[in-house]
Amino acid sequence: MFYLIIEQALNGLQYGLMLFLLAAGLTLVFGIMDLINLAHGSLYMIGAFLAAAFYQAFQSFFPALLLAIIATALIGAILERVLYRRLQRMSHLSQVLATFALILIANETIKIIFGAQPLMIGMPASLSGPLELVSDELYYPAYRMLIIVVGLAVALGLHLLVNRTRIGMWMRAGASNPEMAAVMGVRIKPLFTFVFALGAALCALAGALLGPLLAVSVGMGESILIPAFEVIVIGGIGSMRGALVGSLLVGMIDTLGRLLLTVGLKLVVDSATAATLGPTLASMMVSVLMVCVLFFRPQGLFPARG
Amino acid sequence: MKSTPSHVRKPETPLLAGLPGPWTAIAVALVLAIYPLIMSSLGEEFYISVGSRVLILALAASALNLALGYGGMISLGHAAFLGAGGYGVAILAKYGVIAAWVAIPAAVGLAAFAALVIGVISLRTRGVYFIMITLAFAQLFYYLAVSLPEFGGDDGLPLSSRSAIPGLSLESDLAFYYFVLFTAGLAFVLLYRLVASRFGRALVAIRENERRMAAIGYPVFRLKLMAFVLSGGLAGLAGALLANLSLGVTPHTLTWHQSGLLMVMVIIGGSGYFWGGITGAAIFLLLEETISTQTEHWNLILGVLLLFIVLVAPNGVMSLRERIIAARRPPSPAHAKAASEENAR
Amino acid sequence: MSHTILQVENLVKRFGGLMATDHCNLEVRAGEIHALIGPNGAGKTTLLAQLCGELAPDSGRILFEGRDITRLPIHKRVGAGIVRSFQITTLLPKLTVRENLALAVQARTGHSFDFLGTVADESDLDEGAEDAARRVGLIDVMEQIVSTLSHGKQRALELGMALACKPRLLLLDEPMAGTDPEESKRMGELIHSLRDEHTLILVEHDMDAVFRLADRVSVLVAGAVIATDTPEQIRNNPQVISAYLGDDESAGPEAVQ
Repeated sequence: MFYLIIEQALNGLQYGLMLFLLAAGLTLVFGIMDLINLAHGSLYMIGAFLAAAFYQAFQSFFPALLLAIIATALIGAILERVLYRRLQRMSHLSQVLATFALILIANETIKIIFGAQPLMIGMPASLSGPLELVSDELYYPAYRMLIIVVGLAVALGLHLLVNRTRIGMWMRAGASNPEMAAVMGVRIKPLFTFVFALGAALCALAGALLGPLLAVSVGMGESILIPAFEVIVIGGIGSMRGALVGSLLVGMIDTLGRLLLTVGLKLVVDSATAATLGPTLASMMVSVLMVCVLFFRPQGLFPARG
Repeated sequence: MKSTPSHVRKPETPLLAGLPGPWTAIAVALVLAIYPLIMSSLGEEFYISVGSRVLILALAASALNLALGYGGMISLGHAAFLGAGGYGVAILAKYGVIAAWVAIPAAVGLAAFAALVIGVISLRTRGVYFIMITLAFAQLFYYLAVSLPEFGGDDGLPLSSRSAIPGLSLESDLAFYYFVLFTAGLAFVLLYRLVASRFGRALVAIRENERRMAAIGYPVFRLKLMAFVLSGGLAGLAGALLANLSLGVTPHTLTWHQSGLLMVMVIIGGSGYFWGGITGAAIFLLLEETISTQTEHWNLILGVLLLFIVLVAPNGVMSLRERIIAARRPPSPAHAKAASEENAR
Repeated sequence: MSHTILQVENLVKRFGGLMATDHCNLEVRAGEIHALIGPNGAGKTTLLAQLCGELAPDSGRILFEGRDITRLPIHKRVGAGIVRSFQITTLLPKLTVRENLALAVQARTGHSFDFLGTVADESDLDEGAEDAARRVGLIDVMEQIVSTLSHGKQRALELGMALACKPRLLLLDEPMAGTDPEESKRMGELIHSLRDEHTLILVEHDMDAVFRLADRVSVLVAGAVIATDTPEQIRNNPQVISAYLGDDESAGPEAVQ
């Protein structure tokens, strides 16, 4: 049981870190541009599909990953230039609708190009085996470990980017005081494009990394969008630290909660019911957490705006 | 306005935007009343239940329009109320309660209660937070419906028969159509009275400037909450009717995609216009009906259309009428000034 | 001497580490025009927001006619007779002057939860609106859309909105802000004409106007009232002079914003 919990905790960490890749971009766009982007999940889906396509072309994982990231970042930058820049000046309602429209367009376009069948991305062969963490007791898939390592590295990289660089300083200024940042004027527009491209690249990274674990399918964007939104509301809109803490919190609650609730419920109801009830209750707990945070700390746990 | 000289045309302001005159309403009611007779004489019985569907979604969209268009509350969770109404009817039916006069008011009550709970919490937040929290609540309902075996899980709950009215069977599409027309008609009359009343006027003004309305003594929170609850209740009524139409309810009704589609209908028609929800739902369903028979990529066309509306005609179809009127009328000095100021920006 | 209509006792409001209101005491007598002056950042707007209920104080009490209103929500304070106007014009710009004023009258007469009666021809709202419009000189522009009015007329409507609520205590937040000398003069006359029926708290940067109109003046510095007296006495109060001279953005008699 103990090792089962450790294993699930690692899964929670892995899921949380992937959520963070999405939430980081989302929270920056939200915070700096004051823009609701429902289509953020679509970039994740596009990234995953591009990775799958490149994988089929080259039969090699890492080049596919890299190409998918670059291509998705480009798509993000173009979308920002063509559409989001205009949306930024419009009402929240218009933003919701326009990005909802983008979801519909993205889903349908992917369906036209790739068909309705889910695609698979092959795991790099060197990482397909298990890793022995505690001899004879705890094995963990090497590929999932890679995801955790990449996730942690990206988190560290983003931390350095936001706190140690000039671009990061602008980003923080933008998130804590958008009007002031707008007054700064000249550099803010390229900054928006950069932030958007960065967000898209992180989406593609998450999508491509998760590709071998999940099926790459239409609609995958929507299923991860809601948790990503919950993460940034819990963490505080515009806050990178909040996004990280929120992601890990949500990842852990979802994964560990699933296990513990299922086990716990088996004591009360029959095991079949417990097996269906546990996971959904865990998902509900995340929503409940978000509602509680909004109620008691409306600015999130780590507000970017003082 | 009695003290206004009759030659001074009263400018149309958001307070009275697009309120229908009695003749328009009567004409629309008449057309809707004879619509199924025409369809059955043409042998197109199928379109009778399409008509029911349009009416029901027109009601749902109008309910959202009350909160979104009139009250300025951008709720991305109205599917929750639609679903609450549907599940209300279906759960009662499961336990043998099928009398319409019990089941439907109970379903409406359930939806209104859900709106009260969600509203009390959500209306403390503003802007994007309100959008997110309504979305999260709807998602909560979705998880609840999927997880509880009592609610049929993923498959939802079937309805073995439609709600019963003494002396009348609603099993035929024609009878059900008139039942929907009658019920939705009452709801539309109620909605009309609401938006034309002092309450509706205060609601629109709160949308325009909440701080000012608080400063002159309006209990802003309570007024918005009341509008939200009424909106949720009416959406619940639509949900109860929808479950009756499709003889069951599935968790799909509760997805945020559904909330988004309701919002799309309101926007197509024109948010904050009385006919906005109705026109929007009708146009949406007609487009869906015609386009999806031609191509399977209806969602792509919808997406492009929606993007076009947001970028080009953000106030929807109902605002086009005003634009045309404004273009025909020689601009009064006041209008010209406002227009030139707008151009200057 | 008339009775005390508003009493503020040891009011405190913190924003993080900043004491925006620092044990503030204030007493306003019925029927007077009580000016509230102080250097920029002294906490005038914060105090006003607490008086009308937009902000909740951290501690201290506010008494209106002897009744504790510290925790009363805005709309109940309006019902009790405390109404504010805004420094930055806060109107319903897409509506007509008549509709703006009628909304203010409607708030007072209640029935905003009356769902079913139509408003199109309710004469009581109209009469109240026309009444207020006459007092602020807007009766000729009743059907105009507010956003098309001149700035001076919008300022007048700002005041008219508050008057339509039939206040007993009127909180005026820089009513002269942004008006030209002519409009400012008219606004001064208007405020002067209100004194018979209302008690006024006037926050204003135009010192000329303040000393001309006010019966008494309170000086707010760093969140606390340091002096309350007649304009004549305030002008010569050494504490007040030093408080103003110590501030770069001194609002002397010439400092009309």
